[in-house]
Parts: sequence; C-alpha cells; structure tokens
Amino acid sequence: MPPEEPHLPPDPTPIVGSAPDISSLTHRGPKPSHERTAAEEAGDVDWAGLAASERFKDLLRAKRRFIIPAMLISILYYFALPVLVGWFPDLMKKKIGDGANIAYLFALSQFFMAWIVAGIYVAKAGAWDRAAAALLHHRSEK
Amino acid sequence: MLSATSPAIAAVSTTNPTAIAMFVGFVAATLVITFYSARKSSGSSAYFAAGRRITGWQNGLAVAGDYMSAASFLGIAGMIALSGYDGFLYSVGFLVAYLVVLLVVAEPLRNAGKYTMADVLAYRLKPRPVRALAALSTITVSTFYMIAQMVGAGSLVKVLLPGIGYNVAVCGVGVLMIVYVVFGGMLATTWVQIVKAILLMSGSVLLSVLVMSHFHFSLSEFFHSLTNISYHDKSGAEVTKDFLTPGMKFKNPLDFISLSMALVFGTAGLPHILVRFYTVPDAKTARSSVVWAMALIGFFYIMTTFFGFGAASVLGPDFIGRNGGGNMAAPQLARALGGDVFFAFISAVAFATILAVVAGLTISASTSFAHDFFTNVIHHGKERQPGEEVRVARITAFVVGAASIGLAIALGPNANVAFLVGLAFAVAASANLPAIVFSIYWKRFNTAGAVASLIVGLVASIGIIIISPTIMTIDPPSVAASARHLIQHAPIFPLENPGIISIPLGFLAAIVGTLLSREPSAEARFDEFVVRANTGLGAEKATSE
Repeated sequence: MPPEEPHLPPDPTPIVGSAPDISSLTHRGPKPSHERTAAEEAGDVDWAGLAASERFKDLLRAKRRFIIPAMLISILYYFALPVLVGWFPDLMKKKIGDGANIAYLFALSQFFMAWIVAGIYVAKAGAWDRAAAALLHHRSEK
Repeated sequence: MLSATSPAIAAVSTTNPTAIAMFVGFVAATLVITFYSARKSSGSSAYFAAGRRITGWQNGLAVAGDYMSAASFLGIAGMIALSGYDGFLYSVGFLVAYLVVLLVVAEPLRNAGKYTMADVLAYRLKPRPVRALAALSTITVSTFYMIAQMVGAGSLVKVLLPGIGYNVAVCGVGVLMIVYVVFGGMLATTWVQIVKAILLMSGSVLLSVLVMSHFHFSLSEFFHSLTNISYHDKSGAEVTKDFLTPGMKFKNPLDFISLSMALVFGTAGLPHILVRFYTVPDAKTARSSVVWAMALIGFFYIMTTFFGFGAASVLGPDFIGRNGGGNMAAPQLARALGGDVFFAFISAVAFATILAVVAGLTISASTSFAHDFFTNVIHHGKERQPGEEVRVARITAFVVGAASIGLAIALGPNANVAFLVGLAFAVAASANLPAIVFSIYWKRFNTAGAVASLIVGLVASIGIIIISPTIMTIDPPSVAASARHLIQHAPIFPLENPGIISIPLGFLAAIVGTLLSREPSAEARFDEFVVRANTGLGAEKATSE
C-alpha cells in the first residue's frame, strides 16, 4: 500500500494551456527547446567541433556531390530551351509524327526533367537525414 | 474598341445568379476558416507561421496556391491564346524554378530561420542594415505583385458582374484580404490557399477535359488544329499562324533568355513563397511540401497547353481580343465549351485565386515589416511587450491592404500593370536570391555584400524595366489613354524583362561588396550556421496544440 497522499490544494494550472511561444511569462526555469532563441541555443552547442567532425564533413561532401552537378545539369538543360528556340527556330519548328513540334516536346520534357531531378533528390535526401540524425545522436552520447 | 467589347459585356451580364452564388459560397467558406483560425491559440509563432504544424501535402497545396496566381491562371492562358508557344515558355519556367527552391533554398531556410527571408540573412550578418533592406525588398515585391492582382480582380469582376463597379470590386477584395490576415493570420491564409488550390486544380482539369472532348480526345487532332489559326493582327491584316511555332511574342532571342532567367531564379527569392516553409514542423516536411507543390504546379502548367492553346483554337484570337482580352480567355473558353454554369464556376475560381494570393502577399509583407523592421531594426530585436510584434503585423496588414486598395483604384481598371509581376520576379532574382544563396553557401560573405546585392538588385531591376518596352513605348494614337504605356518614348533597353542584366548585376554586387570588406564575426558564425542548416539542430520547432 502506498503511503496516504497529504491533502494538497487543487492544482491551479488551467487545463487548456496558452501557446508555448508566449508562455515564457507563466513559468520559470530552463526553457524547453522550442522556446529557446537561436542565440540561447547556440550557447550549449560546440558548433565548431561539430562542423569539423568527420561525420559532418562527409554529410556536406555527399550533399555537394549531388546538389552541385544536379543543379548545373538541370540549369543547362533548361537554358537549352530558350537558346534553341531563340537561335534555331527552324529546327524547333519541325513536326514529330503528325502531332506536336520539337519546340513543344522539348518544353514538355522540361517538366519531366524537373520531376525526375526532384525525385532523385528526395531519394538521396533520406540518407542525408539519417546521417544528420546519427551525427546529432553521436553528439548527445558524448 | 469600346463599341466592340460592350455587346460581349452585355451578353456576360446575364449569367449573374450562378456566379454570385459561387462567389458568395467561396467567401463564406473562407470566412468560416478565418473564424476558426482566429479562435486557435494566439502567439507569434501561431500568427506568423501557423504554429509550424502544417503538414507536407497541406503546405504543398498552399505553396502551389500562392504561386498559381491570377497572373498564372488567367494571364498565362491568355498569353498562350494570343501569343502561342511563347506564352507556354512561362509555364515551363514556373515549374523548373522549383528545382532551385528544392535543392538550394528550402531546407537551409527552414532550419536557420524563424518567420521571414531576412532571418537567414541576419543570422551571420549585421542584422539591422540587412533586415531593413530585406524588409524593403519584401514589401516592394509584395506590393508590385499585389497591385497587379488587385487591378486584375477589379477588371475581372467588372466584366463578370457588371452590376458591381471596379472600385467596389477592388474594395471588396481588399477588405476580405485584410479580414483573413488581420484575424486569421498565417493559419487562415494557408487554409484559404489550400481551398483555392483545390478549386483551381479541379477547374483546370475540367476545362482541359472539355477541351480534349471538343477534339474527340485525340492529341493529334488537337495539335493539328493549332497549326493554322487565322486572326487579324494589330494593323488589321488577316494572318494565319502556327501557334506552336516560337517567336510570336518575342522577336529577339535574348528576350527568351532574359525571361527564362527571371523565372527560374526569381521564384527562390519570392518572399511570400519562402515564408511558407516556416509553417511546417521541420526541414524534411519543407522538402516534401516542395515535392507536393512541384507535382501540382507541373500538372497545372502542363494543362495550360489545353486551356491556353485550346482557347486559341476553339475561340480564336480575334474573339478573345473582342471579349475582354487575354485575361478573359480561360473563362470565355469555359463558357463556349461548358455553358454558363461552368463559366460561372471558372470565374469564381479565378476570383478565389486572386483573393487567396493577395492574402498571402499581405501576410508576407506585414510579417516582414513587424518582425524585420519594427522588432529587429527599430527595437534591436526585443519585443517591449509580449504580443507587440503580432499587433504591429496586424496594423501593417491593415495599412498594406488599404494602400493597395487606394493604389488599385487610382490606377484604374485599364492600367497596364501586367509588367508588375515580371518586375516582382526580377527583383526577387536580382536582389533577394544572391543574398540568400551566398549567406547559405559562402563563408566569406558579409554585410557589405548583402547590402550591395539588395540595393543593386532592386535599383537595377526597377531602373531597367523603366527604360524597357514594358514601360517605355510609343503607342499608336488608337490606343485608349488609360491603357497606354507610362512613358511615351522609344525604349532604351530592348528587352521586355530586365533579368539578363539585373540578375548578374545583383550577384556581381554581392561578390564585389563582400570582397571589398572583411567581417570576421560573420565568418566566425558560419560553422554554427552551416551545422544548423544541414542538420536542423536548434531549428524552430512546431508548437503543441
């Protein structure tokens, strides 16, 4: 049998709380993480150490290895459209089959290019999310 | 000109009851949303960022809703209907631009910022000059964009519901947008966008299906019908053109390049799009919301093929020119293929589109003023009383709304304001994008670079557009006084869009400004910034219910 609880006054805290981002007036003590400002939070993190860690450098390298070429290729592919349309109109006018011309089909292909690049990015980003989570986990263990 | 349009307006005026019922239905739904949003918990993060609890697909719809403005739906349809293939280039650029948002900007922005675009710039740099200029640029872009939408709304309602005058329509749109933003904040604005995006997508799908059924669901029949479209050009001569051939609007190849640059680099600097990424819980959701947005936006702009080219083929450019011009091409097409009820539906969708977009612009402008300028520039980053920032934002929203109503009424229904959207993209690409990209990726970047890019980008975009054919053109005497170009002079800059000059200038200014000065404090904080941006450590969290 647990010892009998002493008779406490009823808890005055309202059941419906106000939004946490203005509630700093209503409670003291260390702020929960979602209330801390960037400056407050920066204080307890060894940013330089994290930035210099091999795990983080690997993450950045992996991101760069994909993002820079992917961005360059899609921008080149995209600007090929105005260049071809502007300077080679006769080529672009050619009909393919009995439907649209090259200009239209090349423009249409841009939509699929954008979707494909976005799809590959999202597939890759899953691994980066895991790497970032592992990095933060590793840090909190130390 | 007037005598040619008035019979069409008279014919349109018979469709009132359905159109009015649909307008009223949409407005009622949005007011209910606003009421419920206003009752939810208050506080800065709730007001400015919807508590950061919007999910990926919801934010995807909201981003798409913010982006597919009346300029897209009505403007692009009209541009394709009147200028063929060249108009479709806008559609392509509008989607590809999201790759820059997805790969370069969205996640670091979400991880390192709080409420505005300037948060990311101010992270490492001296906050006051950077925030002051970023707020100026945000408010400039939003106001340009908004006036174009308001004038469009007024003209649309004037044609659809002739009983309601232009001024009344502009006031109505303005008052509604103020109500959404002042009372409902970001949560209401987001849900208005979501409802509108769903309406717009369904309207566009229906319209596209009707166009294809007109061509017996045969793509080759559809494309064949575009190869020989006859109409009368400006001089009155009859011409026959293949609408799939490039070059009907732009004669100079550099025009294609300049437009493409502004479109593809502008989106990632549009403040009202960027603030949407603060409404989601984390960077991963920001990413998935861009992907949702890309799916919707891409699908929508592919459909402009059907209702843009379809309008050219089914109605013909002459008919469109006589019946309200390019902006009315999509509604007129709906009327021709789906009858008066569908016409009323598409018109209500267009109206909903305008209303939602102006609300999104108002909240981004007022957030930037309250958070960047009032709290951080004037009061050095401290709220003197809790809730002051939100109160200032509400007052700003009211002022911005009232000012837009005033400007739209002063400009009048025939004002030539389509260039304002192009200008907004040019400013976003030339002033905002260099500052955002360099502050995320370049350690050496400093306050001088950011200030230089914001000032040079803003001034160059506006300056070049003033001397370009969009503002500086000698109109033939037959053009009505109110629709004339603002400066009657031969254009000094030959291209329609300033991007090809102003964007490199903005980037160059950022680089030169940076290299001319050193800021050790900015470089010292780069480690912190880059860890935050790439891991989400310390990022602003969602608030609990």
